Amino acid sequence: MAIPIVELDNVSCSYGPQVVLSNISLKFQPGEFVGLVGPSGSGKTTLLRTLIGLVSPVRGQVKIFGKTVQGGSVPKDFGYVPQLETIDWTFPVTVEQVVMMGRMREMSLLPWASRNDKISVHSTLERLGIGTLAKRHIRALSGGQQQRVFLARALISNPKILLLDEPTSGVDIKTRNDVLRLLAEINLTGVTIVLTTHDLNSVAAHLPQVVCINRQIIAQGNPMEIFNEEVLERTYGPGMRVVKQDGMLLIGDQLDLFKGLKELNDTRLRSNQVAESIGHADGGSKSLSRD
Amino acid sequence: MQDLINQLFQPFQYEFFNKAMLGAILVGGLCGLIGVYVVLRRMSYIGHGLSHSIFGGAVVSYVLSWNFYLGAGAWGFLSALIIDAVSRKRKVSTDAAIGIITTASFAVGVALISKTRRFTKNFDAALFGNILGITDADLWAIGGVAVAVTLVVFFIYKQLLFSTFDPEVASVYGVRTRWIDTFFSLALAGTIIVSMQILGVTLIAASLIIPPTVARLLTDNFHKVVFYSIGIGVLCSVVGLYLSYEVDISSGAAIVITAALLFVGVFSFSSLKGRFFGRKPELDRLEGESAVALASGVLVTSNDNHNHDHSHVHAEEHHF
Repeated sequence: MAIPIVELDNVSCSYGPQVVLSNISLKFQPGEFVGLVGPSGSGKTTLLRTLIGLVSPVRGQVKIFGKTVQGGSVPKDFGYVPQLETIDWTFPVTVEQVVMMGRMREMSLLPWASRNDKISVHSTLERLGIGTLAKRHIRALSGGQQQRVFLARALISNPKILLLDEPTSGVDIKTRNDVLRLLAEINLTGVTIVLTTHDLNSVAAHLPQVVCINRQIIAQGNPMEIFNEEVLERTYGPGMRVVKQDGMLLIGDQLDLFKGLKELNDTRLRSNQVAESIGHADGGSKSLSRD
Repeated sequence: MQDLINQLFQPFQYEFFNKAMLGAILVGGLCGLIGVYVVLRRMSYIGHGLSHSIFGGAVVSYVLSWNFYLGAGAWGFLSALIIDAVSRKRKVSTDAAIGIITTASFAVGVALISKTRRFTKNFDAALFGNILGITDADLWAIGGVAVAVTLVVFFIYKQLLFSTFDPEVASVYGVRTRWIDTFFSLALAGTIIVSMQILGVTLIAASLIIPPTVARLLTDNFHKVVFYSIGIGVLCSVVGLYLSYEVDISSGAAIVITAALLFVGVFSFSSLKGRFFGRKPELDRLEGESAVALASGVLVTSNDNHNHDHSHVHAEEHHF
């Protein structure tokens, strides 16, 4: 088996007297696509910050590519996308200026960007489908485009592992799915991806691996296997429900589930109506599958 | 026409005016440069506070017969470092730390003056500036600090930008943010010390805040903000000094009034442009702190007014 790209061995973290993570042992293998889920304050973000050296564990070891790293030292080969809520959107920077920041380690001491820097920025923006937005101010973008800009900043240095803190929060459902599909494509190129999210249904639909956290690890594995009411109750507390329908998982409290099922049925109804209308328009000559 | 030209160049026949103009241009450009980072780091209050703190150092230097620049410089830099250290404690906010340390330092200066009564002659000059009394030594000091700060900013430009925009992520990408912050504190303290002679303690903050704020209204591009801010700082200094000579008012006040009028003009133009051409009014480009600072004549009492205004509408989360 390959050496884990990241390994946490019995790691505990605290802010002052308050323990945030307790005895975390985890391994991320190269090429994995993992979601960290848990309630607010469960330690998801602290776990990411520990991996990139922003938080020093009070106990345990963090190993990157098999080597123990000291707290406070930042490993290379990591790309990090923070929560977009932490970004100052009034700051006067353009898209290309933000993405250029990701090349900080490769750039010279001179204040201007080299030809290689510029080529690298523009090829990364093209790769993410936002090449035409290079000169735009970061606030003059949609939520999905903003997420891609910060993804571009993380990807420009060709990291082996990409860490994202709640990349799907604050965006609409279409943008959320677009972002997750884009991450899946990046993952297919061999980049290990670890993200935190509150969105259990998206995790269930898009991610092959998930870790449930509430200050300690509750469960880890494939979401279809570990998302059950017992695990979710231990992670989030009582009241969480899981419904399996048509091979899909629907997770939430009872009200969420009611809305989710209604939305699912409405969607199905609409597709059936569209299919029927196409069938009628064709004079019923074609049989269309409703599934 | 010839009369107008003669009148324009008339002040330059006086050596004191030439020195004052050179000093004002250097200080205007320097404050314009360093002010960009002061405003974008939401530290508008520190410019005001640190100048008061350095006043305490200036009085102590005078009373103890130390070199003004060394004494006040060490005092100012120490104040900046203490503010930085205290504000890293979670329970003390940056604005509270600035308020406590700088006013305490100012109070030390006032107490020494009242005790010794030896600084009274220079008291007005320290508070309101005395650009016309600028000496060759002052000019050398201003020039030296301007060159040093420009060089520092030149070589840490990218790191300074990253650590100003996104300090936490900057450290992930190898930027030594603590060192950058320390360099910045040093550069800011140096700028304030050499600007005191020109603008005085009470008016320095305006020269740090107004040029970058006007520049911010004019462009969304960081590099342009830096160049515009330097240019606006120099322009306001030149026009303000002329105004001071012609109208016979305090030079520091004239420079600040010029800058404030420029802000009003650019701000009004931006707002009108937004109203008539459908663009978003540029007021929301201003960070909350800078807007308050400008509106209240520079004084700001809070720096945690983070205005994370998104232009896009975040669609409501849809949970299944």
